Amino acid sequence: MTEKRQDPRPPAHAAGRWALIGLAVVGAAAVFGYVGGWLAPERLTPKRIINALQANGGDYPGFRRNHAKGICVTGRFESNGELAKYSTAAVFAPGSTPVVGRLAIPGGNPYAGDSSAPIRSFALRFDMADGEQWRTGMNAMTVFPVSDPKAFYELTVATHPDPSTGKPDPAKAGAFFKSHPESAAFLDWIKTAKPSASYVPETYRSINAFYLRDAQGERHAVRWMLVPDKGPEGDGGAAAGDTDYLAADLMKRLGQGPARWHLQMVFANPGDPVDDATKIWPDDRRTVDAGTLVIDAAEAQADGPCRDVNYDPTILPRGIEVSGDPLLAARSSAYADSYLRRTSEEAHVPGTARPKEAHP
Amino acid sequence: MSRADTFHWFARLLHWLMAAMILSMLFIGAGMVTSVESKYLWLVSIHKPLGIAVFVLALIRLGFRLTHPAPPLPADMPLWQKLAAHASHWLLYALMIGLPLIGWAMLSAGNYPVTLGGGLRLPPIVPADALLFAWLREAHRYLAWLFFLTFLAHMGAALMHGLIRRDGVLQSMTGGRRPERSDIA
Ligand code: HEM
Ligand code: HEM
Ligand code: HEM
Repeated sequence: MTEKRQDPRPPAHAAGRWALIGLAVVGAAAVFGYVGGWLAPERLTPKRIINALQANGGDYPGFRRNHAKGICVTGRFESNGELAKYSTAAVFAPGSTPVVGRLAIPGGNPYAGDSSAPIRSFALRFDMADGEQWRTGMNAMTVFPVSDPKAFYELTVATHPDPSTGKPDPAKAGAFFKSHPESAAFLDWIKTAKPSASYVPETYRSINAFYLRDAQGERHAVRWMLVPDKGPEGDGGAAAGDTDYLAADLMKRLGQGPARWHLQMVFANPGDPVDDATKIWPDDRRTVDAGTLVIDAAEAQADGPCRDVNYDPTILPRGIEVSGDPLLAARSSAYADSYLRRTSEEAHVPGTARPKEAHP
Repeated sequence: MSRADTFHWFARLLHWLMAAMILSMLFIGAGMVTSVESKYLWLVSIHKPLGIAVFVLALIRLGFRLTHPAPPLPADMPLWQKLAAHASHWLLYALMIGLPLIGWAMLSAGNYPVTLGGGLRLPPIVPADALLFAWLREAHRYLAWLFFLTFLAHMGAALMHGLIRRDGVLQSMTGGRRPERSDIA
């Protein structure tokens, strides 16, 4: 035979054949629809988490959907080399690595008062000479209220501000915590937590655990923290009624000289939970001082170098790896959604809201 | 069946290998962006190297295709169907190359390191620019959906050739004999 031609005989079971073709096409589309979530509306997706955060914080196009209020900082990390035997990451070899950071407060409202939450946060991107990066977002708290994304979502919904008071309904929050015993350590911590008057004297923690990988291929479970060094002093508490004291305090201190923190790695003992951010590790765990973070400049986030950074904690250099903590994957996926929303709004992608002019 | 009736074995190998890879990519992509579970990180870590592998194979495939013409479509096929077949094939080629390239470019624009696992990292191909990131990221999504729709039409048409017309077009890619025609050949 030399040429392709249609078989002149009518196909046997023509209807069945057409049905088979239809089934293949519709079946493939249905599976795609299910996997893509359109046919599975009950699934917890990053979109639903970000919608819930946005519902609590308000609509502020162009801003982060959480930790919306903050300030960009720059400086360097001076590694002392102590950690090089536990991790092959270039950032831990003796030497200096530039960082772009962001100090912030939790919540989705970029105009919230600095005392609206008793928590401060520090996010950092370490830019290694060869193009590798390490991104981390740390909170000034010892422990997280929830251990998985589902509970995070439920907590976010349970703390939705009541329209009449503008504050979360204590009954709903209470009901959440009652059914979430894992929050006990957090509730204990928050009882005594107060909004600090400055970003500088705070200790910031990764809270989630990670693994360091050494040159022999061994891995070591760790959490890290930034512990403040004696730095430039502030002038005590904020003036009454001042809601933006954190940025002013930071500027004033940096005017006198750089602010410093020690990057400390806390090593888990065998048996310590490495996949649960609601569990504190005992205080006596071996701690290695990896070097000093030196911050010498700050600028408003509106045009600062941290504005367009997604501080996704799973962006790690070789030598640092994620643990099995389910919050890490959830953070990566949710931050990507928040980042896409705010950059699409900045880019005026059709169908997105326009950022307002004033951009603190 | 004569040689010119079927695609070269290398073209067939690439076609089916890449069909499996691309379908996996579409499903992994749609699944990962709607997941907040631990599998999210695992899926992303497959998505990036597999997508780059599609890109490399697509370039090889395009080069091979340009030097090895496809077997002709049946002479008795209506002109509009021939045009649709050719247009959709070139669209598939464009997406096989364009979509992974956009994936790579969007990560570059977002100033993300384009890591492929095992310490492998690709250089950025566009400057870091968050606005460009947003456009490319949206394009990656909508072109992926276009890819899937084109695939559905392509598969439907291929099955129509194989089951209804029985004109040897499906066999030109599967490489099998054409049992229903062999008796009258
Ligand atoms: C499933 C749990 C969590 C969710 C859904 C979540 C969600 C978010 C979102 C949407 C942002 C804004 C991201 C952006 O647009 O760039 C953010 C920022 C941040 N989160 Fe989380 N978060 C979670 C857990 C945590 C934990 C456990 C920590 C503890 C260290 C943390 C620390 C931070 C910090 C420091 C920032 C600010 C980053 C910056 O300054 O850009 N988050 N979070
Ligand atoms: C044949 C090639 C590819 C196909 C079919 C494909 C398909 C997809 C799909 C369907 C999505 C989900 C889009 C959405 O609904 O938002 C997606 C997202 C994504 N793709 Fe691809 N992709 C390909 C290549 C690549 C490559 C080469 C890279 C990078 C090197 C890449 C990186 C990404 C990233 C980072 C996301 C978004 C993850 C997130 O935001 O959570 N893709 N892709
Ligand atoms: C994502 C998956 C797929 C992609 C990207 C794809 C891509 C392509 C491309 C680009 C061609 C044109 C070849 C050329 O001219 O060089 C082609 C031809 C073909 N494909 Fe696919 N294909 C896919 C899946 C399938 C499936 C599932 C089937 C069968 C059910 C199929 C059956 C065929 C057939 C029969 C031809 C030959 C058409 C002709 O002779 O002109 N393909 N495919």
